[in-house]
Amino acid sequence: MEKRVLFRSAWLPWLLIAPQMTIILVFFFWPAGQALHQSVLQQDAFGTTAAVFVGLENFRQLFSDPTYLASFKTTAVFSLLVASLGLLIALLLAVMANRVVRGAPVYKTLLIWPYAVAPVVAGVLWLMMFASPYGVVAYALQQMGLPWDHLLNANHAMALIVMAAVWKQISYNFLFFLAGLQSIPHSMIEAATIDGATPWKRFWSIVFPLLSPTTFFLLVINVVYAFFDTFAIVDAVTHGGPGKETAILVYKVYYDGFKAQDMGGSAAQSVVLMIIVIALTVVQFKYVEKKVNY
Amino acid sequence: MTKLHIGTLALASALALPAQAQTEVQWWHSMGGALGEWVNDLAKDFNASQKDYKIVPTFKGSYDESMTAAIAAFRAGNAPHILQVFEVGTATMMASKNAIVPVGEVMKKAGVTFDPNAYVPAVAGYYTAPNGQMLSFPFNSSTTVFHYNKDAFKAAGLDPEKPPTTWPEVALAAAKLKTSGHKCPFTTSWVSWTQLESFSAWHNTEFATKGNGMRGIDARLTFNSPLHVRHIENLANMAKNGLFVYKGRGNAADATFVSGECAMVTGSSALYGNVKRNAKFASGIGALPYYPDVPGTPQNTVIGGASLWVMSGKKEADYKGVAQFFAFLSRPEEAAKSHQRTGYLPLTKASYELTEKSNFYKHNPGTDVSVTQMIRKTTDKSRGIRLGNFVQIRTINDEELEQVWAGKKSAKEALDTAVKRGNEQLERFEKANKS
Repeated sequence: MEKRVLFRSAWLPWLLIAPQMTIILVFFFWPAGQALHQSVLQQDAFGTTAAVFVGLENFRQLFSDPTYLASFKTTAVFSLLVASLGLLIALLLAVMANRVVRGAPVYKTLLIWPYAVAPVVAGVLWLMMFASPYGVVAYALQQMGLPWDHLLNANHAMALIVMAAVWKQISYNFLFFLAGLQSIPHSMIEAATIDGATPWKRFWSIVFPLLSPTTFFLLVINVVYAFFDTFAIVDAVTHGGPGKETAILVYKVYYDGFKAQDMGGSAAQSVVLMIIVIALTVVQFKYVEKKVNY
Repeated sequence: MTKLHIGTLALASALALPAQAQTEVQWWHSMGGALGEWVNDLAKDFNASQKDYKIVPTFKGSYDESMTAAIAAFRAGNAPHILQVFEVGTATMMASKNAIVPVGEVMKKAGVTFDPNAYVPAVAGYYTAPNGQMLSFPFNSSTTVFHYNKDAFKAAGLDPEKPPTTWPEVALAAAKLKTSGHKCPFTTSWVSWTQLESFSAWHNTEFATKGNGMRGIDARLTFNSPLHVRHIENLANMAKNGLFVYKGRGNAADATFVSGECAMVTGSSALYGNVKRNAKFASGIGALPYYPDVPGTPQNTVIGGASLWVMSGKKEADYKGVAQFFAFLSRPEEAAKSHQRTGYLPLTKASYELTEKSNFYKHNPGTDVSVTQMIRKTTDKSRGIRLGNFVQIRTINDEELEQVWAGKKSAKEALDTAVKRGNEQLERFEKANKS
């Protein structure tokens, strides 16, 4: 069932979407255009000497750098973990919160709070818990016999940034899942219960399919989040280390642009990243959307 | 009507006078905490000593954050007058000839007396162009020293007044500390600076060709020599036996020394201020350890810290204020006061002599270690390291050495890879700055 609004005038629809379009133009298309422009130039840090047009040289240098190619794998692993864990845990919490009758607002507020925390604050928070010498959790783990060392153990470092990234995103996903769950008509669930369906079957044949628009939307959002918004966490917690084991693509963009002052290389990387995320979104819309029941 | 005119005129002239009085000079820096207070005091003292200029210091974040901010501001046309840039950013600043005004030129144009020879050679030489002109003002220079916890030494049965001077001695002391129950006998901050760069100069060995880059931008890295491999292998063995515990990049390890968690740390001499204020144990400073069997060691260590660069595009009158401020900072009493307060090296030879005469070093043992390490005559291999894209090279070294401490790569593999990756950075810098 598709909703369509009919406008009688020719210019009113354009006027109504103009504010949103302006924002998208100024905050997305313009910087993206500049990034594309900068990616084919090579300039010195201060911009006092004229920028030299180098064609695809920046891109060629990127793809011949083994650490950049390794970064693709790191980013893929990281995004997969963050998106899947974020969605699964949020779904579980939403289903549970949906059944609670007493004190429901309390649980919901507590579960939604973390979304208000800025990514870098979330990163520092988790770092404080795990970093020795002041990390409470690190101390507890070591008491239990697990040698926690996120400075030198790549898996520990990855686990730490995944935890920080997922923690933040769970609240956002939870909010949407809860709203989606509450919009499922009770009559359907009751009908299934009367027919003798177990809770497990009820969930997978009724609730989950009806939740699929929400899930699809959140999948797209979570993937974009994992690719872009998590750089602050990586910067606060591991700086891409140990070695380059947690240097996700967007962290490398930030590092090369702002710390290494390599504008051309950084712009080239953001162009590649943009192409990847656009491709992923297109794939998701083309194939996954087919399975969504509206 | 006439009364109104006269009255307005008088009011207008009264208001106009203060507006012409002071020229503001903007100074962007990265000194936080106790050092931030030091910067503010310097500005306050200078502003109180004269009426024409007002220095306005602004804390802009860490060294690379303020450098990024200044670059963006410069491109937008409102850069500060003075920018504090860390030593690894020197080559980038030097290559941006149109963005900066050399300090020597600023002083000459303003007619302020300026003698480059008054400054401590190992410090000023780093910020001087091959043609002898001083490019930036050597404001806060530190060097690599060896901090150790005297109380922990006593508890382990070591002599607290005799810090280890050679690397074999460090390993022995670490072993004793470990048996006495210490979980972190030795650590280091600024791994590349302490264990590769300063290590090279201390042993009169080249870190890179062309006098470590001082003589040209076509320098290439050489820190994978047998001596460097031997040292990193020793540290790797220490790490395997729990004698050396890696505590992170940059100066993350400093906090572990001040808290008492780690007993020995090779790091900046400027950690002294923090230790004096916050450590709850007796601490001492020794010279950077060395290998006694290497000829020509100990030579001298390399500087860390930052210098003040003057940005171009400002009014002539403003530069006069900058020159006067630099002259103020170079006064023997001012420079001596700063040195004694912070742990940074004395700016001028006169300030060093003043500090010595006042028996400051006698009353605060260990504070002269940094100076004696630097005041020696330098050789061509130990004068300092000036390379392009040095920020990236340091990060590459951090990354490769982390693989060594984690046991994933051998010392030789890691250093060879670091040299290869670092040379790529140097090639790119050379290509981008061929003029």
